[in-house]
Amino acid sequence: MNDLFAYTLRLGDDALISAQRTAEWIAAAPQLEEDVALGNIGLDQLGQARSLLQYAGSFDGRTEDDLAYFRDERDFLNVQLCELPNGDFAFAMARLLYFATYQHLLYDELRSSADETLAGVAGKAVKEVAYHVDHATQWVLRLGDGTEESHRRMQAGLDALWPYTAELFESDSLVQRLPAAVDPSTLSAAWTDRVLGVIDESTCERPSSSYQHTGGRLGRHTEHMGYLLAELQHVARSHPGATW
Amino acid sequence: MVTDAAILEAVGEVADPEVPVLTIADLGVLRGVRHEGDEVVVTITPTYSGCPAMDLIRHEVELTLRSLDVDGRVETVLSPAWTTDWMSESGKAKLVDYGIAPPSGAGPVMLRLSVRCPLCGSPDTTELSHFGSTSCKALWRCNTCREPFDHFKAI
Repeated sequence: MNDLFAYTLRLGDDALISAQRTAEWIAAAPQLEEDVALGNIGLDQLGQARSLLQYAGSFDGRTEDDLAYFRDERDFLNVQLCELPNGDFAFAMARLLYFATYQHLLYDELRSSADETLAGVAGKAVKEVAYHVDHATQWVLRLGDGTEESHRRMQAGLDALWPYTAELFESDSLVQRLPAAVDPSTLSAAWTDRVLGVIDESTCERPSSSYQHTGGRLGRHTEHMGYLLAELQHVARSHPGATW
Repeated sequence: MVTDAAILEAVGEVADPEVPVLTIADLGVLRGVRHEGDEVVVTITPTYSGCPAMDLIRHEVELTLRSLDVDGRVETVLSPAWTTDWMSESGKAKLVDYGIAPPSGAGPVMLRLSVRCPLCGSPDTTELSHFGSTSCKALWRCNTCREPFDHFKAI
């Protein structure tokens, strides 16, 4: 697999699978404004995924739709954090805080990538993701420093997802040898500072875990990924070539 | 032979389907025109990565080229990234008339300038949500006339 193709696919798959989970909240969020907010955030993620998958597909003649709808589970290179099923709203905000903070740091660095297309996508996306980080931060503070019940749920969400965060910063030979790539291990310290700063302010305890999940970048996913893809891909696979 | 200026003027009249008082020239979505051999290439840039209006805008620009008898295509570019700074002053004025508060100049999320109510003009307003009816707008409420309104957010 071409390095730039594989790297672009990692970023695109993170964005696509996050968009799918975020979109599941529409019409199920705790209030109307939140339905609208999560709809917008999911749309931003989907837009980023489209740009990235179009670019990845340009290396081997596939379209964004081929890549989204006609690959199997093992061919997806997203981190497992993105694919876990939606829990309660606090869980969703914990995930958005972890993921958007990572994406913001990543895109900010990627703006000066040697690859012009990736730099262009990142320059666009970094402004959008700044709003996602802010939204997640506001909710983590409000829920963590809210009632006894909201605090309990916020803590549970932060704790449950913590073992999926180290995977975001894994380095490997691909990101080390590809000049256009950002080595995510270089983002880890800044991410920890920012996220723990929000968690401290929210009055929640800092999560910790001796175990960290891994494997997404190699196509190894949780049991939930197949169900997610079934829903995402069902229509396109039942009616190949259909347009509307 | 249709001049570049005439092409830009004609395609610049294409309206944003979500905020129809604004043209793509007002918005700064229309970036330019160039020639590749005999072909004319019109470049446009999305306001947000996921902006669903882009497909329709591209289609309308293609139709406009055809009506001018120009052999051309439309290309979407992401860089440099669109910013509300590219919105024309006349575009901002049209937004107010339409009931949407225009972007207030400065970009980053953290910087808060007062947003004037587009309906009664009061500067006493509150943000209800960063996210509104489309990606490019936030939802606000006026504390004076109590009406909710959209604010085209600065990015």
